[in-house]
This record gives sequence, structure tokens and C-alpha cells, in this order.
Amino acid sequence: MTGTGEPRGPGPPGSGDAAGLDPDEIAEEVMAGFRRTGGGVSARFTAAQAGIVRMLVGQVAELVGGPGAGSEPAPHAGGERGGGGADPAGLGPDDPAAGIDPFAPDELAAMFGQDATAQPPDDPVLARLLPDAYTGDPEAAGDFRRYTEQGLRSGKVAAARTVLSTLPGGGGRVRLSAEDGEAWLRALNDVRLALGVRLGITEDHDRELAPGGEADPRSAYLQVYDWLTYLQETLVHALL
Amino acid sequence: MSVAPAEVERPEAGQDVVPDTPWVTIVWNDPVNLMTYVTYVFQKVFGYPKPKARKLMLDVHHKGRAVVSSGTREAMERDAEVLHGYGLWATVSHDR
Repeated sequence: MTGTGEPRGPGPPGSGDAAGLDPDEIAEEVMAGFRRTGGGVSARFTAAQAGIVRMLVGQVAELVGGPGAGSEPAPHAGGERGGGGADPAGLGPDDPAAGIDPFAPDELAAMFGQDATAQPPDDPVLARLLPDAYTGDPEAAGDFRRYTEQGLRSGKVAAARTVLSTLPGGGGRVRLSAEDGEAWLRALNDVRLALGVRLGITEDHDRELAPGGEADPRSAYLQVYDWLTYLQETLVHALL
Repeated sequence: MSVAPAEVERPEAGQDVVPDTPWVTIVWNDPVNLMTYVTYVFQKVFGYPKPKARKLMLDVHHKGRAVVSSGTREAMERDAEVLHGYGLWATVSHDR
């Protein structure tokens, strides 16, 4: 586990957004990460930060949910955000159109050929996101995976889609309900888990003042990782 | 001469006398999950008060793992499934 997300520098470089606002205020708000607002949380993102978050969240969604899972949700699919039960179009369960949920586990399996499997993923990132629930008992682990993995995948995709549908590509201020905030929390955590595997993050990471140095080819992504850590930390505090 | 210890009815392991040997959900330490986030998840998932959630988090952090819930196997599998949804590495095992 890691202790804190102290920002190391200003995070990913980003040009200002929201022309007309005081640049100092914008910069301060961007640095602050998430804060609690009435009934929810909010944060401001530069265009560059928004682009990075959207790219990484989209990549994790595609890794977990298959091709297309990380793309922009259809406008009418708002009711699916965060697995919420909103039904703005008034499509009750009896309406045939309501039965079309491209992100329900069964539909996912049909579209992407993800049969219920008992095997842990080969990709170490996927293996971390979809871990075994039994150690030293492959049979029990396989049974658990067969019954739970698709639901786990679709939950992660739903959280990612909440981020993609609430974070404008051009950045700016994002206001989230507590429910959407929690979806953000899980999606950001999944991105950090994925980056953690790819970057080889260890318990010593906190104590490395300049991890790898500028010459480290991982340097840019380590900086992104640290910024996401800080962002997630502020989001946890804002939601508590 | 010593007194023989009182005979205690003690069911043999393997017999179906013990009705509910509990199962447990274990959360394992990892280098990525934030301490504040893990505490938050324990509060949210189990409804634990913050001090208990924080103590469990510290157990995970310092001891490498901690038992976070116990009960039937089915209930522990549900807990593990929910924890996986939050990105925690949780496993189920028989507590013996």
C-alpha cells in the first residue's frame, strides 16, 4: 500500500483552459484536485490532463471489456452511468429496446467472445485487475472466476464509462454526484493498478525522491502515475 | 498420582460434527492501493467504523495481509467479489 499522494511537481503539462478566468485561480484549482461541493465533488482539469485521464481510462476499459468498451458512450446511454438505475427515456423493462444493454455481461460475452473462463489471464495487468480469489486451489479459483469474472469486467467498464462521459475532452471543471465520484475512484484505481504493473511500482516507490531520474524511459508515465495518485487521494478525502 | 484430565467431548477433525467452521476473506498488501482508499473501501463495503477499518488497513499494510471478514463460504466469495470490484486483492480461505 502507499501512504500518500503528495504531488511531485505540477503533474502532466497542460496549457490553460477556460479562457477569461483568472489564470492563477485556475492553476490553483487544478492543483487542488478534487474537493467536496454541495452534494458531490468537483475538480478542474487542464485539457492535457483530461486527455491523459481519458486515454488511460479508455485503455483499461478496452483491456477489460474488449474493443469498443473504452469509446464514448452513446448519448442516450446516460442511464447506464455508474450502473445507476436512471431511466430518462422511460424505457421500462417491458420495452424491447430496454433489453439491449451492450455492457451487460452476457452481451459483452456475445460481442467479444469472452466465454466464462476458469483460467487466470496471461496479461499481468489483467491478472491484477481480475485476480484469483483462492490461493493454492486452482479448481476453486476457476469456479469463482467462471461465476464472477464477467460481472467484474462489466463493473469496471461501467466505472470507466462514467469517467469518459463526465470528463470533457477539453478539460474544465468536472462536477460529480457522490455516486459518480465513487465510480471515478474505482476507475482511477484501476488505471493506477494497471500502470503499477507496467511500471513495476514497488513499496519503495514512495521513498524514491526522483524515481528513475529524467533518463528513465518510464519517467513521463511515473509522473502521470504520481499525479493520478494525488488525484485519487484528494477524491477519497472529498468523498469521505 | 496425577488426576486424569476430564474427558471432553471433542469432535474429530473431518467429522461432520462441527457445523460452521468459518471461512474468511483475506486482503493482501500491494504497492499501489492508497491507505486512505483501502480504509474507505473497508468502511464502505463492510460498514465498519473508521477506527476498525483503519486498523485492518494497517494490518494489511504492516503484516502483508489481514482477515477482513468471516462467515459462510458463499458470503466470503461475495465479499471477495465486491473487493475485486474496488481493485483490492482479496482471497477466500477456510479458517482452520
